[in-house]
Amino acid sequence: MEANPVSEPLLKVDEIHTFIGKHHILQGVSFEVHPGKVTVLLGRNGAGKSTTLRTIIGLLSPSRGRILLKNRPIHHLKPYEISRLGIGFVPEDRGIFNFLTVEENFRVASFQENGKTRELMETVFDIFPDLKKFWKAKAGNLSGGQKQMLAIARPLVNRNELLLIDEPSKGLAPIVIDHLIDAMKKLKEFTVIILVEQNFYMASSLGNDFYLFDDGKTVHQGQMDELVQNEELKKKYLGISG
Amino acid sequence: MTSQWRSWFHKLIAVAIFLSPLLLINPKTYITITISGLAMGMLLFLVSSGFSLIFGFLSVLNLAHGALFAWGAYIGFSSFNLINQWTGWGGSNSLLLNFIIFFLALILAGLLVALLGIITERLVIRPVYGSHLFQIFITVGAMIVLEELIRIIWGPNDEVMPVPINFMGSWDLFDVVISKYPLMAIVIGFILYLVIFTILRKTKIGTIVRAGVENPEMVQVMGHNIYRYFTGVFAAGSALAAIGGGMWATFVKSIHPAMGGEIIVFALIVAIIGGLGSMTGSVVGALMVGLSYNYVAYLVPKASLGITMLLLVIILSIRPTGLFPEGT
Repeated sequence: MEANPVSEPLLKVDEIHTFIGKHHILQGVSFEVHPGKVTVLLGRNGAGKSTTLRTIIGLLSPSRGRILLKNRPIHHLKPYEISRLGIGFVPEDRGIFNFLTVEENFRVASFQENGKTRELMETVFDIFPDLKKFWKAKAGNLSGGQKQMLAIARPLVNRNELLLIDEPSKGLAPIVIDHLIDAMKKLKEFTVIILVEQNFYMASSLGNDFYLFDDGKTVHQGQMDELVQNEELKKKYLGISG
Repeated sequence: MTSQWRSWFHKLIAVAIFLSPLLLINPKTYITITISGLAMGMLLFLVSSGFSLIFGFLSVLNLAHGALFAWGAYIGFSSFNLINQWTGWGGSNSLLLNFIIFFLALILAGLLVALLGIITERLVIRPVYGSHLFQIFITVGAMIVLEELIRIIWGPNDEVMPVPINFMGSWDLFDVVISKYPLMAIVIGFILYLVIFTILRKTKIGTIVRAGVENPEMVQVMGHNIYRYFTGVFAAGSALAAIGGGMWATFVKSIHPAMGGEIIVFALIVAIIGGLGSMTGSVVGALMVGLSYNYVAYLVPKASLGITMLLLVIILSIRPTGLFPEGT
Protein backbone atom coordinates (compact mmCIF):
# COMPACT_ATOMS: atom_id res chain seq x y z
CA MET A 1 0.00 0.00 0.00
CA GLU A 2 1.44 3.40 -1.00
CA ALA A 3 1.93 5.71 1.97
CA ASN A 4 0.79 9.27 1.67
CA PRO A 5 2.71 11.49 4.11
CA VAL A 6 0.50 14.55 3.65
CA SER A 7 -2.87 12.77 3.89
CA GLU A 8 -5.50 13.75 6.49
CA PRO A 9 -4.82 11.79 9.67
CA LEU A 10 -7.16 8.89 10.35
CA LEU A 11 -6.60 9.37 14.07
CA LYS A 12 -5.30 12.39 15.89
CA VAL A 13 -4.34 12.23 19.55
CA ASP A 14 -3.97 15.77 20.86
CA GLU A 15 -2.29 16.49 24.22
CA ILE A 16 -4.12 13.83 26.22
CA HIS A 17 -3.67 13.45 29.96
CA THR A 18 -4.88 10.26 31.68
CA PHE A 19 -4.95 9.29 35.34
CA ILE A 20 -5.11 5.75 36.71
CA GLY A 21 -6.36 6.29 40.25
CA LYS A 22 -4.24 9.13 41.59
CA HIS A 23 -1.34 8.45 39.22
CA HIS A 24 -0.88 10.89 36.36
CA ILE A 25 0.19 8.39 33.68
CA LEU A 26 -0.21 10.28 30.41
CA GLN A 27 1.07 13.83 30.68
CA GLY A 28 0.53 15.24 27.22
CA VAL A 29 0.59 12.57 24.53
CA SER A 30 0.16 13.75 20.96
CA PHE A 31 0.49 11.88 17.68
CA GLU A 32 -1.15 11.30 14.35
CA VAL A 33 -1.91 8.10 12.47
CA HIS A 34 -2.15 8.25 8.70
CA PRO A 35 -3.94 5.88 6.33
CA GLY A 36 -1.86 3.08 4.86
CA LYS A 37 0.73 3.12 7.62
CA VAL A 38 1.77 1.19 10.67
CA THR A 39 2.50 3.61 13.51
CA VAL A 40 4.67 2.15 16.23
CA LEU A 41 4.65 3.47 19.79
CA LEU A 42 7.98 2.77 21.45
CA GLY A 43 9.45 3.40 24.87
CA ARG A 44 10.57 1.76 28.07
CA ASN A 45 8.21 -0.09 30.43
CA GLY A 46 5.84 2.31 32.17
CA ALA A 47 6.29 5.06 29.57
CA GLY A 48 2.51 5.12 28.90
CA LYS A 49 2.19 3.21 25.60
CA SER A 50 -0.43 0.69 26.74
CA THR A 51 -2.30 3.39 28.66
CA THR A 52 -2.46 5.37 25.42
CA LEU A 53 -4.13 2.47 23.59
CA ARG A 54 -6.57 1.91 26.48
CA THR A 55 -7.41 5.62 26.40
CA ILE A 56 -8.03 5.58 22.64
CA ILE A 57 -10.44 2.61 22.92
CA GLY A 58 -12.26 4.26 25.84
CA LEU A 59 -11.33 1.93 28.69
CA LEU A 60 -9.71 4.94 30.36
CA SER A 61 -11.04 8.48 30.10
CA PRO A 62 -8.61 11.31 29.42
CA SER A 63 -8.87 14.19 31.88
CA ARG A 64 -7.62 16.63 29.23
CA GLY A 65 -6.97 16.64 25.51
CA ARG A 66 -8.80 15.32 22.47
CA ILE A 67 -8.86 12.18 20.38
CA LEU A 68 -10.23 12.63 16.87
CA LEU A 69 -11.16 9.85 14.47
CA LYS A 70 -11.49 11.36 10.97
CA ASN A 71 -11.86 14.76 12.69
CA ARG A 72 -14.68 13.46 14.91
CA PRO A 73 -14.05 13.67 18.69
CA ILE A 74 -14.27 10.22 20.29
CA HIS A 75 -12.63 10.77 23.69
CA HIS A 76 -16.00 11.15 25.45
CA LEU A 77 -17.49 7.95 23.99
CA LYS A 78 -17.92 4.55 25.67
CA PRO A 79 -15.68 1.63 24.56
CA TYR A 80 -18.50 -0.13 22.67
CA GLU A 81 -19.34 3.10 20.81
CA ILE A 82 -15.70 3.65 19.85
CA SER A 83 -15.40 0.04 18.73
CA ARG A 84 -18.44 0.42 16.49
CA LEU A 85 -16.80 3.38 14.76
CA GLY A 86 -14.24 0.96 13.35
CA ILE A 87 -11.48 0.61 15.92
CA GLY A 88 -10.37 -2.85 16.99
CA PHE A 89 -8.29 -3.52 20.10
CA VAL A 90 -5.91 -6.37 20.88
CA PRO A 91 -4.80 -6.04 24.52
CA GLU A 92 -1.47 -7.09 25.96
CA ASP A 93 -3.02 -10.17 27.63
CA ARG A 94 -4.74 -11.01 24.29
CA GLY A 95 -8.25 -10.96 25.81
CA ILE A 96 -9.09 -14.38 24.42
CA PHE A 97 -12.27 -16.07 25.69
CA ASN A 98 -10.56 -19.32 26.67
CA PHE A 99 -13.75 -21.27 27.44
CA LEU A 100 -15.29 -20.43 24.05
CA THR A 101 -14.36 -22.07 20.76
CA VAL A 102 -12.44 -20.17 18.07
CA GLU A 103 -15.72 -19.87 16.14
CA GLU A 104 -17.51 -18.46 19.21
CA ASN A 105 -14.68 -15.97 19.79
CA PHE A 106 -15.32 -14.60 16.29
CA ARG A 107 -19.07 -14.64 16.90
CA VAL A 108 -18.68 -12.38 19.93
CA ALA A 109 -16.29 -10.11 18.01
CA SER A 110 -18.70 -9.64 15.11
CA PHE A 111 -21.28 -6.91 15.71
CA GLN A 112 -22.43 -6.44 12.12
CA GLU A 113 -23.00 -9.89 10.66
CA ASN A 114 -24.04 -9.50 7.04
CA GLY A 115 -23.21 -10.72 3.55
CA LYS A 116 -19.68 -9.35 3.80
CA THR A 117 -18.86 -11.33 6.93
CA ARG A 118 -18.16 -14.52 4.97
CA GLU A 119 -15.90 -12.60 2.59
CA LEU A 120 -14.04 -11.06 5.54
CA MET A 121 -13.65 -14.47 7.14
CA GLU A 122 -12.01 -15.77 3.96
CA THR A 123 -9.50 -12.93 4.23
CA VAL A 124 -8.90 -13.83 7.88
CA PHE A 125 -8.27 -17.48 6.95
CA ASP A 126 -5.87 -16.42 4.17
CA ILE A 127 -3.80 -14.48 6.68
CA PHE A 128 -4.17 -16.91 9.59
CA PRO A 129 -4.77 -20.40 8.12
CA ASP A 130 -4.33 -22.13 11.51
CA LEU A 131 -7.56 -20.58 12.75
CA LYS A 132 -9.58 -22.50 10.15
CA LYS A 133 -7.91 -25.73 11.28
CA PHE A 134 -8.87 -25.11 14.93
CA TRP A 135 -12.27 -23.53 14.20
CA LYS A 136 -14.19 -25.79 16.61
CA ALA A 137 -11.42 -26.06 19.24
CA LYS A 138 -11.60 -24.35 22.63
CA ALA A 139 -9.50 -21.18 22.41
CA GLY A 140 -7.89 -22.04 25.74
CA ASN A 141 -6.34 -25.14 24.15
CA LEU A 142 -4.48 -23.19 21.41
CA SER A 143 -0.75 -22.53 21.59
CA GLY A 144 0.54 -19.06 22.54
CA GLY A 145 1.14 -18.09 18.91
CA GLN A 146 -2.26 -19.34 17.78
CA LYS A 147 -3.93 -17.44 20.61
CA GLN A 148 -2.14 -14.27 19.53
CA MET A 149 -3.25 -14.80 15.94
CA LEU A 150 -6.84 -15.32 17.12
CA ALA A 151 -6.61 -12.12 19.18
CA ILE A 152 -5.37 -10.13 16.18
CA ALA A 153 -7.79 -11.76 13.72
CA ARG A 154 -10.98 -11.29 15.75
CA PRO A 155 -11.46 -7.54 15.13
CA LEU A 156 -11.04 -8.09 11.37
CA VAL A 157 -14.57 -9.53 11.06
CA ASN A 158 -15.96 -6.01 11.43
CA ARG A 159 -13.89 -4.40 8.65
CA ASN A 160 -12.21 -2.14 11.21
CA GLU A 161 -10.30 0.78 9.78
CA LEU A 162 -7.88 0.94 12.67
CA LEU A 163 -6.37 -1.79 14.81
CA LEU A 164 -4.67 -1.11 18.14
CA ILE A 165 -2.28 -3.94 18.95
CA ASP A 166 -0.47 -4.09 22.27
CA GLU A 167 2.76 -6.13 22.48
CA PRO A 168 1.84 -8.99 20.13
CA SER A 169 5.28 -10.62 20.45
CA LYS A 170 5.11 -10.90 24.23
CA GLY A 171 5.91 -14.42 25.44
CA LEU A 172 6.35 -15.88 21.95
CA ALA A 173 9.31 -17.87 20.62
CA PRO A 174 11.44 -16.17 17.89
CA ILE A 175 10.18 -18.52 15.15
CA VAL A 176 6.57 -17.77 16.10
CA ILE A 177 7.36 -14.04 16.05
CA ASP A 178 8.60 -14.46 12.45
CA HIS A 179 5.30 -16.13 11.51
CA LEU A 180 3.41 -13.33 13.22
CA ILE A 181 5.42 -10.68 11.35
CA ASP A 182 4.60 -12.38 8.03
CA ALA A 183 0.91 -12.45 8.92
CA MET A 184 0.91 -8.82 10.03
CA LYS A 185 2.62 -7.72 6.82
CA LYS A 186 -0.43 -9.13 4.98
CA LEU A 187 -2.69 -7.48 7.53
CA LYS A 188 -1.18 -4.06 6.72
CA GLU A 189 -2.90 -4.26 3.34
CA PHE A 190 -6.34 -4.26 4.94
CA THR A 191 -6.19 -1.98 7.94
CA VAL A 192 -4.23 0.80 9.59
CA ILE A 193 -2.33 -0.34 12.66
CA ILE A 194 -1.08 1.30 15.83
CA LEU A 195 1.46 -1.09 17.28
CA VAL A 196 2.89 -1.00 20.78
CA GLU A 197 5.95 -3.24 20.77
CA GLN A 198 9.03 -3.79 22.96
CA ASN A 199 10.59 -6.15 20.43
CA PHE A 200 12.52 -3.75 18.18
CA TYR A 201 13.03 -6.39 15.49
CA MET A 202 9.27 -6.77 15.11
CA ALA A 203 8.62 -3.04 15.42
CA SER A 204 11.19 -2.16 12.74
CA SER A 205 9.99 -4.97 10.45
CA LEU A 206 6.43 -3.64 10.42
CA GLY A 207 6.51 0.05 11.28
CA ASN A 208 6.39 3.05 8.95
CA ASP A 209 6.15 5.86 11.51
CA PHE A 210 7.29 5.82 15.11
CA TYR A 211 6.64 7.83 18.27
CA LEU A 212 8.95 7.56 21.26
CA PHE A 213 7.36 7.73 24.71
CA ASP A 214 9.08 8.79 27.90
CA ASP A 215 7.43 9.51 31.27
CA GLY A 216 3.94 9.71 29.79
CA LYS A 217 4.88 12.08 26.96
CA THR A 218 5.67 11.71 23.28
CA VAL A 219 9.26 12.94 23.03
CA HIS A 220 10.31 12.04 19.52
CA GLN A 221 8.76 11.09 16.21
CA GLY A 222 9.78 10.21 12.72
CA GLN A 223 9.99 7.46 10.16
CA MET A 224 11.05 4.01 11.27
CA ASP A 225 13.95 3.88 8.78
CA GLU A 226 15.48 6.91 10.50
CA LEU A 227 15.18 5.35 13.93
CA VAL A 228 16.84 2.14 12.77
CA GLN A 229 19.88 4.24 11.79
CA ASN A 230 19.84 6.47 14.88
CA GLU A 231 21.90 4.66 17.53
CA GLU A 232 21.71 7.56 19.98
CA LEU A 233 17.91 7.64 20.12
CA LYS A 234 17.70 3.86 20.37
CA LYS A 235 20.18 3.81 23.24
CA LYS A 236 18.64 6.75 25.09
CA TYR A 237 14.97 5.73 24.96
CA LEU A 238 14.96 2.00 24.28
CA GLY A 239 18.20 0.82 25.86
CA ILE A 240 19.29 -0.78 22.58
CA SER A 241 22.86 -0.54 21.40
CA GLY A 242 24.61 -1.90 18.33
CA MET B 1 -4.75 -35.41 42.52
CA THR B 2 -4.39 -36.26 38.82
CA SER B 3 -6.50 -34.45 36.23
CA GLN B 4 -8.13 -37.76 35.22
CA TRP B 5 -9.21 -38.43 38.78
CA ARG B 6 -10.48 -34.85 39.05
CA SER B 7 -12.65 -35.29 35.97
CA TRP B 8 -14.21 -38.40 37.46
CA PHE B 9 -14.60 -36.91 40.92
CA HIS B 10 -18.02 -35.26 40.48
CA LYS B 11 -19.38 -38.36 38.73
CA LEU B 12 -18.29 -40.56 41.64
CA ILE B 13 -19.85 -38.21 44.19
CA ALA B 14 -23.10 -38.08 42.19
CA VAL B 15 -23.30 -41.87 41.87
CA ALA B 16 -22.50 -42.32 45.58
CA ILE B 17 -25.26 -39.88 46.59
CA PHE B 18 -27.71 -41.49 44.19
CA LEU B 19 -27.12 -45.15 45.02
CA SER B 20 -25.73 -45.48 48.56
CA PRO B 21 -29.12 -44.86 50.31
CA LEU B 22 -30.35 -48.10 48.69
CA LEU B 23 -28.35 -49.91 51.36
CA LEU B 24 -30.51 -48.35 54.10
CA ILE B 25 -33.91 -47.64 52.50
CA ASN B 26 -36.27 -50.17 50.94
CA PRO B 27 -36.45 -49.77 47.14
CA LYS B 28 -40.08 -48.60 46.93
CA THR B 29 -39.58 -45.85 49.50
CA TYR B 30 -36.25 -45.06 47.83
CA ILE B 31 -38.00 -44.31 44.52
CA THR B 32 -40.56 -42.04 46.23
CA ILE B 33 -37.81 -40.14 48.09
CA THR B 34 -35.64 -39.95 44.97
CA ILE B 35 -38.44 -38.27 43.01
CA SER B 36 -38.96 -35.82 45.85
CA GLY B 37 -35.18 -35.17 45.95
CA LEU B 38 -34.96 -34.63 42.20
CA ALA B 39 -37.92 -32.23 42.37
CA MET B 40 -36.29 -30.28 45.19
CA GLY B 41 -33.05 -30.29 43.18
CA MET B 42 -34.72 -28.92 40.05
CA LEU B 43 -36.43 -26.17 42.04
CA LEU B 44 -33.14 -25.28 43.73
CA PHE B 45 -31.56 -25.17 40.28
CA LEU B 46 -34.03 -22.48 39.18
CA VAL B 47 -33.07 -20.28 42.13
CA SER B 48 -29.35 -20.96 42.14
CA SER B 49 -28.89 -20.70 38.35
CA GLY B 50 -30.02 -17.05 38.42
CA PHE B 51 -27.84 -16.36 41.45
CA SER B 52 -24.85 -18.06 39.84
CA LEU B 53 -25.31 -16.36 36.46
CA ILE B 54 -25.54 -12.93 38.09
CA PHE B 55 -22.36 -13.60 40.05
CA GLY B 56 -20.53 -15.03 37.04
CA PHE B 57 -21.45 -12.25 34.60
CA LEU B 58 -21.82 -9.17 36.79
CA SER B 59 -19.45 -10.31 39.56
CA VAL B 60 -22.20 -9.32 41.98
CA LEU B 61 -23.00 -11.40 45.05
CA ASN B 62 -26.72 -10.62 45.09
CA LEU B 63 -27.94 -11.52 48.57
CA ALA B 64 -31.32 -9.97 47.67
CA HIS B 65 -31.87 -12.92 45.30
CA GLY B 66 -33.81 -14.77 48.01
CA ALA B 67 -36.19 -11.82 48.42
CA LEU B 68 -36.84 -11.88 44.65
CA PHE B 69 -37.63 -15.59 45.05
CA ALA B 70 -40.17 -14.70 47.79
CA TRP B 71 -41.66 -11.97 45.59
CA GLY B 72 -42.09 -14.57 42.84
CA ALA B 73 -43.92 -16.87 45.24
CA TYR B 74 -46.24 -14.07 46.42
CA ILE B 75 -46.97 -12.72 42.93
CA GLY B 76 -47.60 -16.31 41.78
CA PHE B 77 -49.96 -16.75 44.75
CA SER B 78 -51.92 -13.55 43.98
CA SER B 79 -51.98 -14.14 40.21
CA PHE B 80 -53.23 -17.68 40.67
CA ASN B 81 -56.00 -16.58 43.05
CA LEU B 82 -57.00 -13.67 40.80
CA ILE B 83 -57.17 -15.73 37.61
CA ASN B 84 -58.89 -18.56 39.47
CA GLN B 85 -61.57 -16.17 40.74
CA TRP B 86 -62.38 -15.18 37.16
CA THR B 87 -62.04 -18.54 35.49
CA GLY B 88 -62.13 -21.31 38.10
CA TRP B 89 -59.40 -23.11 36.10
CA GLY B 90 -57.48 -24.08 39.23
CA GLY B 91 -60.36 -26.28 40.41
CA SER B 92 -61.27 -27.57 36.94
CA ASN B 93 -60.98 -31.28 36.20
CA SER B 94 -59.18 -30.41 32.97
CA LEU B 95 -55.42 -30.97 33.31
CA LEU B 96 -54.87 -28.52 30.43
CA LEU B 97 -56.72 -25.70 32.22
CA ASN B 98 -54.76 -26.53 35.40
CA PHE B 99 -51.52 -26.18 33.49
CA ILE B 100 -52.64 -22.94 31.81
CA ILE B 101 -53.50 -21.21 35.10
CA PHE B 102 -50.29 -22.53 36.71
CA PHE B 103 -48.10 -21.28 33.85
CA LEU B 104 -49.94 -17.93 33.62
CA ALA B 105 -49.22 -17.37 37.34
CA LEU B 106 -45.55 -18.33 36.83
CA ILE B 107 -45.18 -16.11 33.74
CA LEU B 108 -46.70 -13.13 35.55
CA ALA B 109 -44.42 -13.76 38.53
CA GLY B 110 -41.40 -14.02 36.21
CA LEU B 111 -42.23 -10.83 34.28
CA LEU B 112 -43.04 -8.67 37.29
CA VAL B 113 -40.02 -9.83 39.27
CA ALA B 114 -37.80 -9.31 36.19
CA LEU B 115 -39.05 -5.71 36.23
CA LEU B 116 -38.31 -5.52 39.96
CA GLY B 117 -34.86 -6.94 39.19
CA ILE B 118 -34.22 -4.24 36.56
CA ILE B 119 -35.18 -1.52 39.06
CA THR B 120 -32.96 -3.13 41.72
CA GLU B 121 -30.00 -3.39 39.32
CA ARG B 122 -30.33 0.20 38.11
CA LEU B 123 -30.90 1.83 41.48
CA VAL B 124 -29.13 -0.41 43.97
CA ILE B 125 -26.47 -2.55 42.27
CA ARG B 126 -25.11 -0.30 39.51
CA PRO B 127 -23.54 2.26 41.86
CA VAL B 128 -21.51 -0.47 43.58
CA TYR B 129 -20.20 -2.49 40.60
CA GLY B 130 -16.66 -3.63 41.36
CA SER B 131 -16.93 -3.33 45.16
CA HIS B 132 -17.86 -6.68 46.73
CA LEU B 133 -18.00 -5.34 50.27
CA PHE B 134 -20.50 -2.62 49.38
CA GLN B 135 -22.45 -5.14 47.29
CA ILE B 136 -22.91 -7.34 50.35
CA PHE B 137 -24.10 -4.40 52.48
CA ILE B 138 -26.39 -2.99 49.83
CA THR B 139 -27.94 -6.29 48.72
CA VAL B 140 -28.61 -7.28 52.35
CA GLY B 141 -30.31 -3.88 52.69
CA ALA B 142 -32.32 -4.53 49.51
CA MET B 143 -33.30 -7.96 50.86
CA ILE B 144 -34.65 -6.39 54.08
CA VAL B 145 -36.57 -3.71 52.16
CA LEU B 146 -38.07 -6.22 49.70
CA GLU B 147 -39.06 -8.55 52.54
CA GLU B 148 -40.70 -5.73 54.49
CA LEU B 149 -42.57 -4.67 51.36
CA ILE B 150 -44.04 -8.20 51.22
CA ARG B 151 -45.24 -7.79 54.82
CA ILE B 152 -46.82 -4.41 53.96
CA ILE B 153 -48.54 -5.65 50.78
CA TRP B 154 -49.55 -9.23 51.72
CA GLY B 155 -49.34 -9.15 55.53
CA PRO B 156 -46.95 -10.87 57.95
CA ASN B 157 -48.76 -14.22 58.24
CA ASP B 158 -48.18 -17.46 56.36
CA GLU B 159 -50.50 -18.07 53.42
CA VAL B 160 -51.65 -21.36 51.94
CA MET B 161 -50.46 -21.64 48.34
CA PRO B 162 -53.28 -22.74 46.04
CA VAL B 163 -52.48 -25.83 43.97
CA PRO B 164 -54.31 -26.87 40.76
CA ILE B 165 -56.56 -29.80 41.57
CA ASN B 166 -54.85 -32.26 39.20
CA PHE B 167 -51.43 -31.44 40.66
CA MET B 168 -52.44 -32.85 44.04
CA GLY B 169 -52.24 -36.46 45.18
CA SER B 170 -50.14 -39.27 43.84
CA TRP B 171 -50.06 -42.23 41.51
CA ASP B 172 -49.59 -45.76 42.76
CA LEU B 173 -47.40 -47.73 40.36
CA PHE B 174 -46.69 -51.29 41.54
CA ASP B 175 -47.00 -50.19 45.18
CA VAL B 176 -44.60 -47.30 44.61
CA VAL B 177 -46.09 -43.96 45.62
CA ILE B 178 -45.25 -41.28 43.05
CA SER B 179 -46.43 -37.78 43.97
CA LYS B 180 -47.80 -35.91 40.97
CA TYR B 181 -46.42 -32.40 41.47
CA PRO B 182 -42.80 -33.38 42.21
CA LEU B 183 -42.76 -35.36 38.97
CA MET B 184 -44.17 -32.35 37.09
CA ALA B 185 -41.61 -30.08 38.79
CA ILE B 186 -38.78 -32.36 37.59
CA VAL B 187 -40.06 -32.22 33.99
CA ILE B 188 -40.67 -28.45 34.04
CA GLY B 189 -37.30 -27.81 35.70
CA PHE B 190 -35.51 -29.98 33.16
CA ILE B 191 -37.25 -28.24 30.24
CA LEU B 192 -36.24 -24.84 31.68
CA TYR B 193 -32.66 -26.08 32.04
CA LEU B 194 -32.65 -27.12 28.37
CA VAL B 195 -34.08 -23.74 27.36
CA ILE B 196 -31.44 -21.83 29.37
CA PHE B 197 -28.66 -24.13 28.13
CA THR B 198 -29.78 -23.73 24.50
CA ILE B 199 -29.96 -19.94 24.80
CA LEU B 200 -26.47 -19.80 26.33
CA ARG B 201 -24.91 -22.27 23.87
CA LYS B 202 -26.71 -21.65 20.60
CA THR B 203 -27.65 -17.98 20.44
CA LYS B 204 -25.42 -14.98 19.91
CA ILE B 205 -26.73 -13.28 23.06
CA GLY B 206 -25.92 -16.42 25.04
CA THR B 207 -22.42 -16.57 23.57
CA ILE B 208 -21.83 -12.92 24.50
CA VAL B 209 -23.06 -13.60 28.04
CA ARG B 210 -20.67 -16.59 28.34
CA ALA B 211 -17.84 -14.41 27.03
CA GLY B 212 -18.80 -11.73 29.54
CA VAL B 213 -18.57 -14.21 32.41
CA GLU B 214 -14.90 -14.65 31.44
CA ASN B 215 -13.91 -11.13 30.40
CA PRO B 216 -16.54 -8.35 30.44
CA GLU B 217 -13.99 -5.68 29.42
CA MET B 218 -13.23 -7.44 26.12
CA VAL B 219 -16.95 -7.81 25.40
CA GLN B 220 -17.21 -4.02 25.67
CA VAL B 221 -14.34 -3.31 23.30
CA MET B 222 -15.95 -5.68 20.80
CA GLY B 223 -18.83 -3.25 20.37
CA HIS B 224 -21.36 -4.61 22.86
CA ASN B 225 -23.03 -2.39 25.43
CA ILE B 226 -22.09 -4.39 28.50
CA TYR B 227 -24.45 -2.47 30.81
CA ARG B 228 -27.43 -3.46 28.69
CA TYR B 229 -26.32 -7.09 29.04
CA PHE B 230 -25.80 -6.61 32.80
CA THR B 231 -29.40 -5.41 33.12
CA GLY B 232 -30.67 -8.23 30.89
CA VAL B 233 -28.83 -10.93 32.85
CA PHE B 234 -30.02 -9.46 36.14
CA ALA B 235 -33.61 -9.43 34.86
CA ALA B 236 -33.30 -13.03 33.61
CA GLY B 237 -31.76 -14.16 36.91
CA SER B 238 -34.56 -12.44 38.82
CA ALA B 239 -37.21 -14.05 36.60
CA LEU B 240 -35.66 -17.48 37.26
CA ALA B 241 -35.77 -16.78 41.01
CA ALA B 242 -39.44 -15.81 40.69
CA ILE B 243 -40.37 -18.92 38.69
CA GLY B 244 -38.44 -20.98 41.26
CA GLY B 245 -40.36 -19.17 44.02
CA GLY B 246 -43.74 -19.89 42.46
CA MET B 247 -42.90 -23.54 41.84
CA TRP B 248 -41.34 -23.99 45.29
CA ALA B 249 -44.45 -22.50 46.95
CA THR B 250 -46.62 -25.02 45.06
CA PHE B 251 -44.23 -27.77 46.22
CA VAL B 252 -44.38 -26.88 49.94
CA LYS B 253 -47.95 -25.45 49.66
CA SER B 254 -47.25 -22.41 51.83
CA ILE B 255 -45.60 -19.00 51.61
CA HIS B 256 -44.27 -16.56 54.18
CA PRO B 257 -42.32 -13.29 53.91
CA ALA B 258 -38.99 -14.71 55.18
CA MET B 259 -38.96 -17.70 52.82
CA GLY B 260 -36.28 -16.04 50.67
CA GLY B 261 -33.77 -15.90 53.51
CA GLU B 262 -34.02 -19.68 53.93
CA ILE B 263 -33.61 -20.50 50.24
CA ILE B 264 -30.63 -18.16 49.67
CA VAL B 265 -28.51 -20.45 51.88
CA PHE B 266 -29.29 -23.39 49.58
CA ALA B 267 -28.76 -21.24 46.46
CA LEU B 268 -25.35 -20.16 47.71
CA ILE B 269 -24.34 -23.76 48.54
CA VAL B 270 -25.53 -25.03 45.14
CA ALA B 271 -23.81 -22.21 43.23
CA ILE B 272 -20.52 -22.77 45.08
CA ILE B 273 -20.65 -26.57 44.64
CA GLY B 274 -21.41 -26.24 40.91
CA GLY B 275 -18.90 -23.45 40.24
CA LEU B 276 -20.02 -19.82 40.25
CA GLY B 277 -21.27 -18.80 36.82
CA SER B 278 -21.86 -22.35 35.55
CA MET B 279 -25.34 -23.49 34.47
CA THR B 280 -24.38 -27.16 34.24
CA GLY B 281 -22.70 -26.80 37.63
CA SER B 282 -25.92 -25.34 39.04
CA VAL B 283 -28.05 -28.23 37.84
CA VAL B 284 -25.58 -30.91 39.03
CA GLY B 285 -25.03 -29.14 42.37
CA ALA B 286 -28.79 -28.63 42.88
CA LEU B 287 -29.57 -32.30 42.21
CA MET B 288 -26.80 -33.40 44.59
CA VAL B 289 -28.13 -31.14 47.34
CA GLY B 290 -31.79 -32.05 46.69
CA LEU B 291 -31.14 -35.81 46.74
CA SER B 292 -28.76 -35.88 49.72
CA TYR B 293 -31.10 -33.61 51.71
CA ASN B 294 -34.12 -35.87 51.11
CA TYR B 295 -32.31 -39.17 51.76
CA VAL B 296 -30.84 -37.89 55.02
CA ALA B 297 -34.15 -36.22 56.01
CA TYR B 298 -35.75 -39.68 55.81
CA LEU B 299 -32.97 -41.50 57.69
CA VAL B 300 -31.82 -38.86 60.22
CA PRO B 301 -34.16 -35.84 59.95
CA LYS B 302 -32.09 -33.59 62.21
CA ALA B 303 -29.00 -34.02 60.03
CA SER B 304 -30.65 -33.01 56.74
CA LEU B 305 -29.20 -29.48 56.54
CA GLY B 306 -25.90 -30.72 57.94
CA ILE B 307 -25.43 -33.13 55.01
CA THR B 308 -25.53 -30.25 52.50
CA MET B 309 -22.85 -28.45 54.51
CA LEU B 310 -20.79 -31.64 54.61
CA LEU B 311 -21.20 -32.02 50.84
CA LEU B 312 -19.99 -28.43 50.39
CA VAL B 313 -16.94 -29.04 52.59
CA ILE B 314 -16.00 -32.30 50.79
CA ILE B 315 -16.33 -30.83 47.31
CA LEU B 316 -14.54 -27.59 48.12
CA SER B 317 -11.68 -29.39 49.83
CA ILE B 318 -11.03 -31.35 46.63
CA ARG B 319 -12.22 -28.87 43.98
CA PRO B 320 -12.01 -25.37 45.50
CA THR B 321 -13.51 -23.70 42.41
CA GLY B 322 -16.53 -26.03 42.29
CA LEU B 323 -17.40 -28.94 40.02
CA PHE B 324 -17.64 -26.90 36.80
CA PRO B 325 -15.29 -23.95 37.17
CA GLU B 326 -15.09 -23.24 33.43
CA GLY B 327 -18.16 -20.98 33.40
CA THR B 328 -21.57 -21.43 31.79
